[in-house]
Amino acid sequence: MTETVRTRPAVVEHLDRGPLDRHELAAIIARDIPPGSYVNLGIGQPTLVADYLAPDSGVVLHTENGMLGMGVAAFGDDIDPDLTNAGKIPVTETPGASYFHHADSFAMMRGGHLDVCVLGAFQVSQRGDLANWHTGSPDAIPAVGGAMDLAIGAKQVFVMMNLFAKDGTAKLVPLCTYPLTGLRCVSRVYTDHGVFHIDPTGDGQVQVTETFGIGVATLAERLQLDTGS
Amino acid sequence: MSRTIICTSPSDAVTGIRHGATILVGGFGMAGMPTTLIDALIAQGATDLTVVSNNAGNGDTGLAALLAAGRVAKVICSFPRQTDSYVFDALYRAGKVDLDLVPQGNLAERIRAAGAGIGAFFCPTGVGTPLAAGKEVRTIDGRDYVLEYPIYADVAMIGAHIGDRMGNLVYRKTARNFGPVMATAAKLVIAEVARVVDPGDIDPEAVVTPGIFVNRILDLSSLSGHATAAAS
Repeated sequence: MTETVRTRPAVVEHLDRGPLDRHELAAIIARDIPPGSYVNLGIGQPTLVADYLAPDSGVVLHTENGMLGMGVAAFGDDIDPDLTNAGKIPVTETPGASYFHHADSFAMMRGGHLDVCVLGAFQVSQRGDLANWHTGSPDAIPAVGGAMDLAIGAKQVFVMMNLFAKDGTAKLVPLCTYPLTGLRCVSRVYTDHGVFHIDPTGDGQVQVTETFGIGVATLAERLQLDTGS
Repeated sequence: MSRTIICTSPSDAVTGIRHGATILVGGFGMAGMPTTLIDALIAQGATDLTVVSNNAGNGDTGLAALLAAGRVAKVICSFPRQTDSYVFDALYRAGKVDLDLVPQGNLAERIRAAGAGIGAFFCPTGVGTPLAAGKEVRTIDGRDYVLEYPIYADVAMIGAHIGDRMGNLVYRKTARNFGPVMATAAKLVIAEVARVVDPGDIDPEAVVTPGIFVNRILDLSSLSGHATAAAS
């Protein structure tokens, strides 16, 4: 049994446990994706979400390199060099899958046809600005891929990240200091310590909906955010 | 008689490519990468090239080999940095290759615009980011858009699955990626395919790239050492 303390109707504090690991976080994001959604999971850590989507959810996965109906990762004899995901990892196709060229694939994003995308981030601001493509370090080789197109295109942009960087600084911030990927585009931030809802058209007030291993008051203080609580 | 030329040697397929050419190179990672054409281009010798591709090479083959041969002055791409992009990474850090980073959808749409006769377009991607710095922004119905221009090219080199003698192409799975848009946007379009079939053998309803866009097809099944490709 998870012990929960309801501090107000919208917030659930899970205090009898530590922060979420990335698999638990992926499961929570999968739980919040509406059945039947068309979803893009970017590259890297967010692709874990696919492992936790219920088989009967009807969620259809889009991959930027030209496919709807992407299946699980391919292994052994199922590996086909002509069938990869956005991270160039071999994948499989599901019944009803379709292939299309890049201009169509990004028309699906820009045209507002994707319901949800899940992206990693270096920083998210409390008004929903996203920074996830470049640290700004002079010796870094910049790479953007489809991040900017997804950020402004999907109807809802979820971010999956650790709430604090390795040096302890918060990644959910009043204003991003890293180069931006998109303005006012993120609506939810899923982290190891808590789940945050943002109104990208609003005044920058962040709503905490769930915390893990930390109370909402402590969290708000560490983040120095206006959580409205 | 179709104007599309079916080539049976890689050197014939890349003949006439000039120094300083802008070349669209298909592929997303290695899927759809026209490695035989790129090897032929290395042998052909054109240099000072501008390459437009999603990535900037993987490992030591394909685009990475062209970069390693010192033939590329500039790369226009969306995602150069990968776990196996060490050839590009070293050249970039040494200042030996220029990089123009373009969001992936803008890359596709700018190529599409070139092929479709569109002079420029307003696009919401990148508004307020460093990649839109200095570009014209217009507010249309309350939303901001950035003015983006077409990417025209001298040559497109793409990988497709099967071609017919009319130049029609079909692709295979996610190896399709940039091929169909790149095929519309260059003065000289060269496709390498696993095999070439007779007109009518590809269902007209299934053609992805109509032959009007394709100047040359390299039939990999006609090359020695490509028995596997011929059988696929």
